[in-house]
Amino acid sequence: MSVAGVLRDGRVIARRNMLGVRRTPGALVTGVAQPIIFVMILGFVFADALGGDNYRQFLIGGILAQTLTFNSSFTAVYLAKDLQTGLIDRFRALPMSRVGVILGRTTSDLMTNLISIVVVIACGLVIGWRVESDLVSVLLTGGLLLLYAFATSWIGAFIALTARSVEVAQSLGLLWLFPVCFISGAFVSADMLPGPLRVVAEWNPVTAVATAVRDGFGNQPPASFEVAQGWPADNALLYATLCCVGIIAIFAPIAVAQYRSISKR
Amino acid sequence: MISVRGISKRFGSHQALDGVELEVPEGTVQGLLGPNGAGKTTTVRVLTTLLQPDSGDAFVAGRSVTDEGHEVRQRLGVSGQYAAVDEKLTGFENLTMVGELYGMRRRDAKARARELLRDFRLDDVPDDKRAGAYSGGMRRRLDLAGAIVARPPVVILDEPTTGLDPRGRRDTWDAIESLASGGTTVLLTTQYLEEADQLADSIAVIDGGRIIAEGTAGELKTRTGGARVDVVLTPGSDVALAVDAVRRAGHDATVDVRSGRLTVGAGGGSRDLVDIVGALHAVGIDATEAALRQPTLDEVFLQLTGATAEADATDASGDDATGASGPSGADASGRTRPEAVGGPLGPAPVAAAGPVEVER
Repeated sequence: MSVAGVLRDGRVIARRNMLGVRRTPGALVTGVAQPIIFVMILGFVFADALGGDNYRQFLIGGILAQTLTFNSSFTAVYLAKDLQTGLIDRFRALPMSRVGVILGRTTSDLMTNLISIVVVIACGLVIGWRVESDLVSVLLTGGLLLLYAFATSWIGAFIALTARSVEVAQSLGLLWLFPVCFISGAFVSADMLPGPLRVVAEWNPVTAVATAVRDGFGNQPPASFEVAQGWPADNALLYATLCCVGIIAIFAPIAVAQYRSISKR
Repeated sequence: MISVRGISKRFGSHQALDGVELEVPEGTVQGLLGPNGAGKTTTVRVLTTLLQPDSGDAFVAGRSVTDEGHEVRQRLGVSGQYAAVDEKLTGFENLTMVGELYGMRRRDAKARARELLRDFRLDDVPDDKRAGAYSGGMRRRLDLAGAIVARPPVVILDEPTTGLDPRGRRDTWDAIESLASGGTTVLLTTQYLEEADQLADSIAVIDGGRIIAEGTAGELKTRTGGARVDVVLTPGSDVALAVDAVRRAGHDATVDVRSGRLTVGAGGGSRDLVDIVGALHAVGIDATEAALRQPTLDEVFLQLTGATAEADATDASGDDATGASGPSGADASGRTRPEAVGGPLGPAPVAAAGPVEVER
């Protein structure tokens, strides 16, 4: 199957997915409500203990990274649903690209992610967060966010194709999100975490994305925060981009391998 | 057009397919008939390249399902047991999508979708009606239409009418018949014998992962001992006595205790009918009905799969071994036997009466 064929099939599937999302907007409630809740809880419940207005500037980059990570569960659930209803079998019996089905999913889920990004930014503006950088940085940051969303979506796809049922995909797809998002510099500086967790957090892609987004929007951490040190922190944008590429390089092939090996009875 | 050569497939300890062989000539409709768990769907999954067989190979339009999956898929239309249509899309959108995935240009796919909606009488619903709101029969027709979007030379239909109401079934039959009359080679699995009889040029009976019989409906009926006589006894008759009398006259009898109806093998045709009625008359039992008929495919099927053996342990002529080994026999009897309504009271009086087959 040629690259053109893969893209063509991916586009057909993506169009179909987006029609589906548009016709069941209820499914998007989580994608919209969750970032609002996170912004409100962290921005008001914890913010005063962590630095007040300054913490709110710091927070939004973290919430964006966390939200896009969480949104990978959309991919997992949608894809698992298609598996469960037999639609994937239908696709597998068609002379179409096998990558195309997953690519269509991860591409169309960018739409959901875009909505979440807009919601977080709107919430941020409401609570006093501001962009303090130039247009080029903002555009670069937007690009990174979409790349990261696309990358985590492949993790969701791999989970769906491994779990094969909506229920399992849903719980597996949520389970890994909490440690990954909280053992990171998304909500506090990575260097404020204890011992070995600090090392994990420093190299955690979520940290890299959160840091790169803060840098891109020109948001400073509160004065009381320890400033994160080390190569990943100093080269956040580069490291975050490498992480995204790495995630895709790992999860796209194994998701496709799982897709090929599906043999539901 | 379809050539299945000794395919086997094992799932854990379960031998789902055990050397299935099947030849389907171009332009014919082949029925693949069997109870649940017989291997029908596994066969379909191998033919549609969804599943690799452990051994053997199959060819669809000359292409190997194990080596040339993509080529097979280009020449094949599939309609599944559970109509796999996208519920959130309209019928038109569903068919357009499938057309595009077959490699048609969007404009052509749209034109073809419109044409098929008309052919399958799905064009009288509002344009924005989603497939999720279709009735079961409409959904199945949409799925069927999806199978032939690209005008494939071979179409495989896995239980196309399972779960449909009589009207939906008749509509689907019409659609399949018109497909076959257009020269498409069709392989159709079903657990409904009537359906195979109605639609298929040739029927293969599958059980326990093997093809156990093959032929036209007529040939299968002849193979299993010819005609039957149905006798309905007058209410209150001594069923055991009646069975005994018929047996002494040299005929095997099956009795449905609930309706008091005897079904007697009558290979000798009308001579046997007279004989049987005479034997009953001799012991003072009258019949309210007595009729000679050809066996139904249900009877053929049950005899071939040995599903009755579980109930006729006392039948000297019964082939208990085959029956007991059929993993799905009980399932088949529950699903396909219209008379399977008896219950625990069934066997008791007859067992006392001696060697007879009992339909529970």
